[in-house]
Amino acid sequence: MKNLIKKQGGFLHLPNDNIVKTIVVATLLCLLCSVIVSGAATLLKPKQVANKLIDKKSNILSVAGISDPSKSVDELFQQIETQVIDVATGEFTQAVDADTFDQRKAANDSAYRVDLSRDADIASIGGMSRYANVYLLRDGESISKIILPIKGYGLWSTMYGFIALESDATTVSGITFYEHGETPGLGGEIDNKKWQAMWSGKKIADSSGEPKLRLIKGAVTPSTPDSEYKIDGLAGATLTSNGVSNLIKFWMGEDAFGPYLNRVRENGGRASSAINSKTASNSKTAGQG
Amino acid sequence: MASEAKKALFEPLVSNNPIALQILGICSALAVTSQLSTSLIMCLALTSVTAFSNLSISLIRNHVPSSIRIIVQMTIIASLVIVVDQILKAYAYEVSKTLAVFVGLIITNCIVMGRAEAYAMKNGPWNSFLDGIGNGLGYSLILIIVGTVRELFGSGSLLGYQILPHVADGGWYVPNGLMLMSPSAFIIIGLTIWAIRSYKPEQVEKPDFEMQNAHNAPAHGTGGSH
Repeated sequence: MKNLIKKQGGFLHLPNDNIVKTIVVATLLCLLCSVIVSGAATLLKPKQVANKLIDKKSNILSVAGISDPSKSVDELFQQIETQVIDVATGEFTQAVDADTFDQRKAANDSAYRVDLSRDADIASIGGMSRYANVYLLRDGESISKIILPIKGYGLWSTMYGFIALESDATTVSGITFYEHGETPGLGGEIDNKKWQAMWSGKKIADSSGEPKLRLIKGAVTPSTPDSEYKIDGLAGATLTSNGVSNLIKFWMGEDAFGPYLNRVRENGGRASSAINSKTASNSKTAGQG
Repeated sequence: MASEAKKALFEPLVSNNPIALQILGICSALAVTSQLSTSLIMCLALTSVTAFSNLSISLIRNHVPSSIRIIVQMTIIASLVIVVDQILKAYAYEVSKTLAVFVGLIITNCIVMGRAEAYAMKNGPWNSFLDGIGNGLGYSLILIIVGTVRELFGSGSLLGYQILPHVADGGWYVPNGLMLMSPSAFIIIGLTIWAIRSYKPEQVEKPDFEMQNAHNAPAHGTGGSH
C-alpha cells in the first residue's frame, strides 16, 4: 500500500476533485473492497457449510423429538436413517447416495429438477427434485417416525422446514421451520414452539389419503368439527398461514410424498419395515463400496 | 494529543452518547435487545465496524474526492459489515440466525455513517479509531441496559440463565410480555435518557419556543378581536 502511494506520488498531488483522480480512487477502492469481501467469503465458506449441516441435523432431531444435551448432534443423528425416495413411485432408490444427496440443491439442478405445471404447483415452488430425502427413526425393526422435508412460499420468502409423522404416516408428531424470511412477530411466528406444538396429534389426511390438514382463522378446540384436520392460523399473517396450508397440501399430496406415504399406509409397519431393512442393508453395502 | 484521544474514547459514553444524546441508531436498539446475548453480539459487531470504518476512512481522508465521499464511505462500511456477517455465520451461527438481517443493516446504522462523516473525515487515524470504539461503547452501554431490563423482566432470565422462576414452572414470577415487544425498548431508552439528563442537565435541549403569559405579552394588533 505504501509503495503504491509513493509510486503514484504525482497522482496524489492532483486536486481531489480532478475527474481522473475521482475515477482512479473509486476504482482502487472497489478493487480493494471486493478482494476483502470475496476473501472473507471464500476462507470462511467451509466452516459455514459445516454449521448449516449441523443446523439441519439438529432440526431433524428436534422435530423427531430427540434431545440429549450430553451428546453431540452427530452422535444423536446416528439413530436417524437417511433414505432417498423416487418421488413419482414412492420407492426407495439407490440412484443417488442418501448421505450426500442434497435435495435443495437438486431442485435447481437440471439433472434432477422436475418443473411443476401451474395447477400442480400449489406451494409456489416452481419445480422440485425428482428424488427426495426421507429421514426415518427406528424403534427396533419397525419405523417409529418419518421425517419429511417441506418447503413452500409464504408472504415474502420460501419457508423451509421438516414435518415428522408417526408410523401410521398420517398423524403429525411435530413440525419445524428452519429458514424463512417472514415478518418477525407475525408470519415469523411459524418459529414459535407453542404454535408448533399444536400440530402434534393432528391428521394430515383422511382415510382416502387426500391431504386435508390446513390452517384456519380462529382458535381450534377439540369441539371444533374435524378439529384433527385444522390448526389455529397465525394472527395477522393470513398469507403466511395460507402458504403453510398450501405447502402441506402439496408435499403430502400425490405430486410429492403422497405415493410414498400411501405405500407406508398400505404396508403397515411390518411390511414397510421389510422393505426398509432390505434397502437399509443395500445402502450399507453401497456405503462400503 | 493524549487528551484528544481520551476525549474521543470516553466522551461518547455518557456526555455525548450516540443513542441518548444524538438519538442515532435507534432501530437496531429496538430490534435486537429482547435478549442480552444478541445485544452483546450486536454491540461487538457495531463497535468493530465503527472503529475500522473510522480508521480506514481517516487513512484515505485526504484523497477522497468530495463529490463521491458518501459513496466511498458506504463502500468501506458495507465491505466491513459483510466481513463481520461472514465471521458471525462461521463462528456464531445460532446468534447470526437470531440477528439475521440486522447485521446487514449496520450498513445503514446512522452511528457508523455519522462518525465517518463528522469525525473520521477531519481527524487522524488513531483518534478516529478511538472515536469509533468510543461511540461503539456508548451504543453498547445503552443496548446492554435495554437488553438486561428486557430479558430480565420479559423472560425472567439473563444470558439464558433463569433468574426469576416462572409461575408456569412453579415459581412466583409472571413474565411481562410487553418487555419482549419492541415498544418496551422505546420506554427503557426514554427512561435512560431521562436519567442521563437529570445527572447532566446541560444535555437538556432548549425549548424551541416558550409559552408566554398573555397579559404580559406585547400586543399583536388584532390578537384579541374575537
